[in-house]
Amino acid sequence: MENEKNHIIPYRTFLLVLICLISLTLISVSVTQISLGTLTVAIALLIAVIKSSFVLRVFMHLKFENKIFSFAVIAVFLIIALVIFITLLDYLYR
Amino acid sequence: MAAETHRDDLASKTGMWLFLFTEMLFFAGLFVVYSVYRFRNPEAFHLAAKELSVPIGTINTIILLISSTTIAMSITALQKKNKKFALLLIGITIFLGIAFLVNKYFEWGEHIKEHIYPGSPVLALRGQGDVLFYGLYFFMTGLHALHIIIGLVFIGFIAAKIVKNKIDSESFVLLENSGLYWHLVDLIWIFLFPLFYLIT
Repeated sequence: MENEKNHIIPYRTFLLVLICLISLTLISVSVTQISLGTLTVAIALLIAVIKSSFVLRVFMHLKFENKIFSFAVIAVFLIIALVIFITLLDYLYR
Repeated sequence: MAAETHRDDLASKTGMWLFLFTEMLFFAGLFVVYSVYRFRNPEAFHLAAKELSVPIGTINTIILLISSTTIAMSITALQKKNKKFALLLIGITIFLGIAFLVNKYFEWGEHIKEHIYPGSPVLALRGQGDVLFYGLYFFMTGLHALHIIIGLVFIGFIAAKIVKNKIDSESFVLLENSGLYWHLVDLIWIFLFPLFYLIT
């Protein structure tokens, strides 16, 4: 555990992640300017999920923490997705 | 060694994460409301979302992403015993957080000038869909801005503790926790931005 606690992430890693995040933002802005219907929503959300996984894994250190934290975060995201899915199913077929 | 105090960094971090989960679920409730309202008022949401400024939204997104990077880097700086650089990075984070709020102020100001705000009679004339869209827009971005303010105060306290050497390269879990909070605010914005500004 002592090693994990003293894990130092180099500055370069953070800067590389920042470049990825800004690129993904610009991609998502330009893709959504083209009208693709429902596909636009899917692409924008997919990019948001990719961006959040970068933030969670590197900035929030999940990559270097005990795996239980990652499982818990995934569980929270799945619960949210499930609640939205079930709610929309209700509205779609009522 | 006699002065050694009891400390449990893992427990501290676990507590912070549990708190962040409640925050995520709190915002998730609003995202559920958003998806239902959007589903029921697709046209109104489509037209209303087009009125939001994509450039301002994009700039604010990039500002938040950079601020997240600087607070994350400040932990590395502190671990390397580079206190001055850590404080500089924290200072940049606070500056960028304030810049985000200033942008938000002008953005909201523009809407309010056009009589678009919750409860506005002009907005009511535009129909239920617009009322719902702007109601959610002001509430969710406002709540997010409140989180930014709380995050800035939190980070400010941590910076003061670093100045006083209460947080150093040996004991920095508080800086990590304030960073986690700041990243959560960034994370929420990552979803707010496409949902309100991009998907039209």
